[in-house]
Amino acid sequence: MTERTLAQALNSALDLALESPDVVVLGEDVGRTGGVFRVTDGLQARHGAARVIDTPVAESGIIGAAFGMAVAGLRPVAELQFMGFSYPAFDQVINHVARIRNRSRHRFTAPLVIRIPYGGGIGAAEHHSESAEAIYVHTPGLKVVVPSTPHDAKGLLLAAIDDPDPVVFLEPIRLYRAIKDEVADGRYTEPIGEAAVERQGGDVTLISYGAMMREVRAAADALEAEGVVPEVIDLRTLSPLDVETVVASVAKTGRAVVVQEAPRTAGVASEVAAVLQEQALYSLLAPVQRVTGWDSVVPLRRAEKHYLPSTERVLAAARKVLEA
Amino acid sequence: MDEPSQILAPDGTLVGDAPVPVERIRELYGDLVTARVFDRKASAMQRQGRLATYAAFEGQEACQVGATAELESRDWLVATYRDAAAMAAHGYPWVNLLLGRTGDERGGKAPEGVNVLPPSITVGGHMIHAVGLAWAERIKGSGAVALTLFGDGATSEGDFHEAMNFAAVFATPTIFFCQNNGWAISMPRERQTASPTIAQKADGYGMPGMLVDGNDVLAVLAATRQALERARGGQGPTLIEGITYRMAAHTTADDAGRYRDEEEVAAWRARDPLERVRRHLESQGAWEPAWQADVEEAASGAVEAAVEEAEALPPLGAGDIFDAMFAEPTAPLRAQRSMAAGEGAP
Repeated sequence: MTERTLAQALNSALDLALESPDVVVLGEDVGRTGGVFRVTDGLQARHGAARVIDTPVAESGIIGAAFGMAVAGLRPVAELQFMGFSYPAFDQVINHVARIRNRSRHRFTAPLVIRIPYGGGIGAAEHHSESAEAIYVHTPGLKVVVPSTPHDAKGLLLAAIDDPDPVVFLEPIRLYRAIKDEVADGRYTEPIGEAAVERQGGDVTLISYGAMMREVRAAADALEAEGVVPEVIDLRTLSPLDVETVVASVAKTGRAVVVQEAPRTAGVASEVAAVLQEQALYSLLAPVQRVTGWDSVVPLRRAEKHYLPSTERVLAAARKVLEA
Repeated sequence: MDEPSQILAPDGTLVGDAPVPVERIRELYGDLVTARVFDRKASAMQRQGRLATYAAFEGQEACQVGATAELESRDWLVATYRDAAAMAAHGYPWVNLLLGRTGDERGGKAPEGVNVLPPSITVGGHMIHAVGLAWAERIKGSGAVALTLFGDGATSEGDFHEAMNFAAVFATPTIFFCQNNGWAISMPRERQTASPTIAQKADGYGMPGMLVDGNDVLAVLAATRQALERARGGQGPTLIEGITYRMAAHTTADDAGRYRDEEEVAAWRARDPLERVRRHLESQGAWEPAWQADVEEAASGAVEAAVEEAEALPPLGAGDIFDAMFAEPTAPLRAQRSMAAGEGAP
């Protein structure tokens, strides 16, 4: 075990994955400088420039090339530097990566991982703070994974690389160095498609993922201090959604708050709320509440605090459902 | 690079060195005839309502047969909706090509060992796949290469730039073959690029470009052979532009009479890629009407068998739309599959 940040845990996962000759890492600045967030630091020196590849600045090209590599039997891990920079690659992701298994009836597959740092909170430049996960979740044929702890980051990334299908792997920028965990040095995986019940409780279910888990945990601490016992669920995988875990929890607590950083409309929180309405309505003691970013362009540094859901907003929503 | 290279003139005379012996030219001619029989049959079937929209390739047979003639089975072909002749030449069954056009995803399933991706329907996004495939083969040390076919319209897409650039920077064993057929639906080549040729765009990427008469199967074969040798020899990618012509409309849903003159089509009819090979073979004493009839009969037989096989397949069920989304259906897909089958929820 070694104490690692989320970024270091991801680095450890990639380092272990690269022991297989089928794994290649490619992206802008991933080699010589170790990536803009240093997640791939040292990998090129250890595994060589033929398999840790600094590419031209061309996101569509990176994903299209990785797609071809995956079809030919490699396990590429492509990095796109920021969520806002992943948009030029939509055609490749949506029209090709997500569809090849279906349009070839299993004959060809694209088992690649697309790593995308996402989210705000670090006062970055425009287009560097987006949370557009819903677009990927809404695309049939993709799995979408978001870790919120160093342990899960490593285990889920190794599982994503092993997965026979394409995985969009979202990395919360704000948490890269915010938390340290004891992380096993060797290889292990965490299952894709399974949410984690972080805290068991019977009074209210707090559901979130990725960067927002920090606010959710803080809110849970505050509720516990008031004598409320919340159940906390980290979705970890956004597609396929672990409906069973979410529904079972709310069937028990009767109250739910769903938290996402992304804009409010048609997001993951909306989907969770819809599922609860379909499958847990008669257990609900209060309407499900969403705490989300707004349907505004994510603001720049000086106004960011007005956009990002805060612990206070999560608490307010929890109190609202508890009082109902 | 102003004049396209030519080996076989439209009247069938050799104006260069034939890259293959006459027996091989006879085989290539058989492939050209079979392709045309298929193309006309498919167009007819569309008019009968047996196929959905069909994109005829008549006029481009020499590009497609010539470019794939010297691929090895381990090599990859990444082609488009207008490239049935090339895909078939590289082992993709006619039945699959028909199935795709009936609107059936089973057409996209190439047999094991046939390294042909399902045809690209969107324009341009597939060229980079031939870069990734070739790159992977080099990493694996297999010696295989990848060839991609695309049209003049596709060179306007940003994807063309990214694919060419990646291939050249990493010297991947990729062959870019542009079938410049003069038209992208209703827009002429001049509306796609102000560059005098597409081949010369290769200069900007640091790779060789070649311009060939795309209706001359021997010139296409010879150019592709050079590109293959470069690729296999570790010298990286090549761009080949074949000058050809789309004799039919863009698809069966298009009316070419709205945007181009019959005289232009007639002039290209005189440059037919099949007729010049026939004349050449005849001049060599290697063609006679009885053999032509045999070739056409064999082609019709192969195509008719494919039609029968395609139309005899049991129809797809509601469950089939879920079963190839992932290696194993996810829990939400399993639930939706039941819903689609009328079990439980709406």
